[in-house]
Amino acid sequence: MGPAALILLAICGIAFAGGGILLSRALAKKSANVVKGEPYECGIPTTGTSWIQFHVGYYLFALIFLVFDVELVFMYPWAVVVQKIGMTAFAEIIIFMFILFMGLLYAWKKGALKWM
Amino acid sequence: MRLLLTYSFSSLSSHIHAWLISSMGDGMAALVAEMVIVGISLIVFLVPLCFFLGYMERKVAAFMQLRLGPNRVGPKGSMQIVADTVKLLFKEGLTPTASDKFLFNLAPVIVVVTSMLVMAPIAFAKDFQIWDLSIGVLYVTSISSIAVIGILMAGWSSYNKYSLLGAMRSGAQIVSYELSIGLSILSVIVLTGSLKMSDIVMSQQNGWWIFKGHLPMWISFVIFVIASTAEINRAPFDLTEAEQELTAGFHTEYSGMKFAMFLLSEYINLFVVSAIAATLFLGGWMPFHIGHWELFNHIMDFIPSSIWFMGKTFFIIFIIMQFRWTFPRLRVDQLLTLEWKYLLPISMVNILLATLIAIMGWHF
Repeated sequence: MGPAALILLAICGIAFAGGGILLSRALAKKSANVVKGEPYECGIPTTGTSWIQFHVGYYLFALIFLVFDVELVFMYPWAVVVQKIGMTAFAEIIIFMFILFMGLLYAWKKGALKWM
Repeated sequence: MRLLLTYSFSSLSSHIHAWLISSMGDGMAALVAEMVIVGISLIVFLVPLCFFLGYMERKVAAFMQLRLGPNRVGPKGSMQIVADTVKLLFKEGLTPTASDKFLFNLAPVIVVVTSMLVMAPIAFAKDFQIWDLSIGVLYVTSISSIAVIGILMAGWSSYNKYSLLGAMRSGAQIVSYELSIGLSILSVIVLTGSLKMSDIVMSQQNGWWIFKGHLPMWISFVIFVIASTAEINRAPFDLTEAEQELTAGFHTEYSGMKFAMFLLSEYINLFVVSAIAATLFLGGWMPFHIGHWELFNHIMDFIPSSIWFMGKTFFIIFIIMQFRWTFPRLRVDQLLTLEWKYLLPISMVNILLATLIAIMGWHF
């Protein structure tokens, strides 16, 4: 099959998930209760907002990830043609990886990879 | 001379295709009919697969802990998972009052749809794929990274502190380990020179990459298995849903069928990841051959390609299931240290080694 497969799989997924949830909604017994709608914690009513602040470390890791993910995107076309081009491509990728590796070492040195 | 398989699903699928074209013409109708057939067969394949994986997980866990596991419902307890599904179906799906209701209900659908979409380029048997697209591996890596959006959405919209923390951990974990997965996939691509799944399998006709590619392929295989265990949030990397700390992580507030959808997509992802590992490193549906042992190779050729593929996939699934009962759960700092300070530098050096092997032609 051609690109139609994507539409098909998306429809399959939506039908599967949506169908299951709707079937369950039709079959399950429902009862209304105020306590049921509260966020689950430890039995005591939750204090403050639940959309709390979280660790800045997640943000740092997301930034470093972005650098390396862009690197990966560049490397896919390189990987396909490297055998045809030969040593030139190898030398180029060594330079490319070296620069990126320096970036990783810099982040390491600066403590961005340390979880406080 | 090596005989390739003479009987496979490919003849079946091409017969159905030819029959549809002849009876409906080469237009929209045949395409729609084909889509319906593929869709139904995919769901008919996936539901028993998830049931089986659920059963297998419990049995593997039980035998590793010297228990019996489920053994009441059905023969050897095999119907237990069906009973559980029926129970989940009759459970009320709760939605917290303060939650973002639209995102809360959308998240399980997104997670299931992404794990469905990844099924497209997987080569189940010889010439038996839903869509053999020319960028197969890139497609898999890009689509599977959408799943993290579903998880973050679920955690954020639940309006629960456990869910939010679980989703954030999951996001950091999935994006980090994606890099190692990408680099270990690339070290195979360097050798095959193609992103197409069928080309990758065909390049392993005279030996699987794990044997042909010397040490770098072993390293990438190990890194791939470790990183994909983290990618699908399974133990020992399951700190997104660490029970003792976060109740159930991002799906704390989900119940009933919506919870079942997260479970289902976890099992589909487990299968997909193992299938990709089997295709890249263990030769996909290619039979096992040894050099010049003609008789042995001939006997191996008689085993259908789909059985080879499933056997290899389930071997990797079994390894990943064993991890869960072998290693203790990591802390979040250990998790990120493992990725950024060990796996990433190792896989960066490893891809250079693989490139050297590919250019010099040192692989068999």
